[in-house]
Amino acid sequence: MILVSKLCGKISPLSLKDYKENGGFEALEKALFKMKTEQIIDEVRASNLKGRGGAAFPTGLKLQFVASEKSDIKYIICNADEGEPGTFKDKILLDGCPFQIIEGMIISALAVGASYGYIYIRGEYPQTKDLLKKAVNILKEEGFLGKNILGTDLCFDIEVRTGAGAYVCGEETALIESIEGNDGRSRFKPPYTANKGLWGKPTLVNNVETLINIPYIISLGSEEYKKFGTKSSSGTKLLSISGCVANKGVYEIEFGMTIREIINEICGGVETDKEIKFVQLGGSSGAVLPAEMLDIKIDFDELNKLGIGLGSGAMFVGDESICILDFVKTTMEFFKHESCGKCTPCREGNRHINKILNRIIEGKGSNRDLELLVDICELMKDTSLCGLGQSAPTALLTTMKYFEEEYKEHIEGFCRAGICNLKKGAVVYG
Amino acid sequence: MNCLKNDIESIIEKIGNTPDKLIEILIEVQRQSEENYISKDALKIISKELKISLSKAYGVASFYSMLSTKKRGRYVIQICNSAPCYMNGGKQVKKYFEDILGITVGEMTDDGLFSLEFTGCIGTCDKAPAVKINDKVYGNLNKEKVEALVDSIRKEEEVCDFSF
Repeated sequence: MILVSKLCGKISPLSLKDYKENGGFEALEKALFKMKTEQIIDEVRASNLKGRGGAAFPTGLKLQFVASEKSDIKYIICNADEGEPGTFKDKILLDGCPFQIIEGMIISALAVGASYGYIYIRGEYPQTKDLLKKAVNILKEEGFLGKNILGTDLCFDIEVRTGAGAYVCGEETALIESIEGNDGRSRFKPPYTANKGLWGKPTLVNNVETLINIPYIISLGSEEYKKFGTKSSSGTKLLSISGCVANKGVYEIEFGMTIREIINEICGGVETDKEIKFVQLGGSSGAVLPAEMLDIKIDFDELNKLGIGLGSGAMFVGDESICILDFVKTTMEFFKHESCGKCTPCREGNRHINKILNRIIEGKGSNRDLELLVDICELMKDTSLCGLGQSAPTALLTTMKYFEEEYKEHIEGFCRAGICNLKKGAVVYG
Repeated sequence: MNCLKNDIESIIEKIGNTPDKLIEILIEVQRQSEENYISKDALKIISKELKISLSKAYGVASFYSMLSTKKRGRYVIQICNSAPCYMNGGKQVKKYFEDILGITVGEMTDDGLFSLEFTGCIGTCDKAPAVKINDKVYGNLNKEKVEALVDSIRKEEEVCDFSF
């Protein structure tokens, strides 16, 4: 834990005294008393901070979009709806240092001119929600939230809201629908949320980890902050690592480490006596990479070159005991369940993918099925309304690319891992 | 119905009666119900109080997977079926629960004590395989732990029964 998570577990999460003794609210004071609002945005832009929720959009640009909107009221939303399977890093930050996230929200509010904020936390974290409510109340009592913050003109208040179990609500427009009390169904874009978001007003939506970076950028200054990480990816990233590694958990790393280094040096290697078969990067919506690709660096540009996203920073490590098709089936069943049903490509695409995968796993598939799968995946990627449908086929497409042989084997009636109800054994091609 | 009406009214009074509070109200109404669900009568009262249509209230209650419009057990066991738990033997955990409770996923035990469901990732992937029982999360499960967990809940409930 090197930068943004360094207070997590070290201080009592609801002790304002602990937080202040460790530099808490120094960034807010600097922003309030020593900086103009444009300077705050410039500093965040110069830091090259990119959104940590999954889309990696430049945070400074987002701040600027909302700041440039003219409106009587603007909102800030902290997206704490981490529903991406295998992602549990925001929970560590929310439980470990809620004040720092809120400080990031207050500084953002000052920068864009927002007067009201929401923390939208997933319903699966009820204890964390209670903790956040307490944290907000403490800050209200101490004059860090509410009217005339620290005696200035800044007025900003926060309300904690909760979801009730819907993956799609991590998508910002679905999240906004949920705060408004509706089903979480994504909206058509444009208008974008920076222009017309919550209740039709300009809204800034940022992930927990993105927000927690902001106090550091302000107090360190962008130059100092950029010393962490690489040229294209400054700062650090929290990775949630699960699967067959010896030490599963959340780790904060500097950008630039390779996947192999992370697995071997941080996670203590593989738990079993088997070899690594694949790593899925970015959670269930991310790419599945074969063992030969483990020397890829965690760096936005390097990953982009390969057409891969870092997503939320979840990493599943799978060993040889896992059947790729059975694994992908689990993933696709998840998306079928979580599709909100509003747009046809996602609703129907996921249903048909599941049908075809089942057929192949039962040994009744054909080569035509493989072509069909690719067609459906491409269609979903191009035409789905929101990120859910666009990224749902990623695991399927990447496994069909890197583990093509296993798909062919299943069509011929073999499962090398011995998981599917087929003949056990690999088929040697060529 | 009157008792229910009073309970719901006091929940709404606490949370607020604007339509955007619907989800928070539904969660609380479900939490306070013995059978872990939101009844049709409850939905009628809520829609009236918030001045929204019944279909809207039902639509929201049926959209979110944590909310239920069907009766459930006092203990709702939600088995994570996302990829990290799958990789660490989540399928076996499902089987252990099904065997010990004598029901399959989607069903409730005859005594109304347990319901078995699937859930998406609950953010406990470092302790996979994991389940959530009401608001508590239990991780690193194996056959023995599943049996001990169900046993301890059954015993706790027996103690409660004697007090009546």
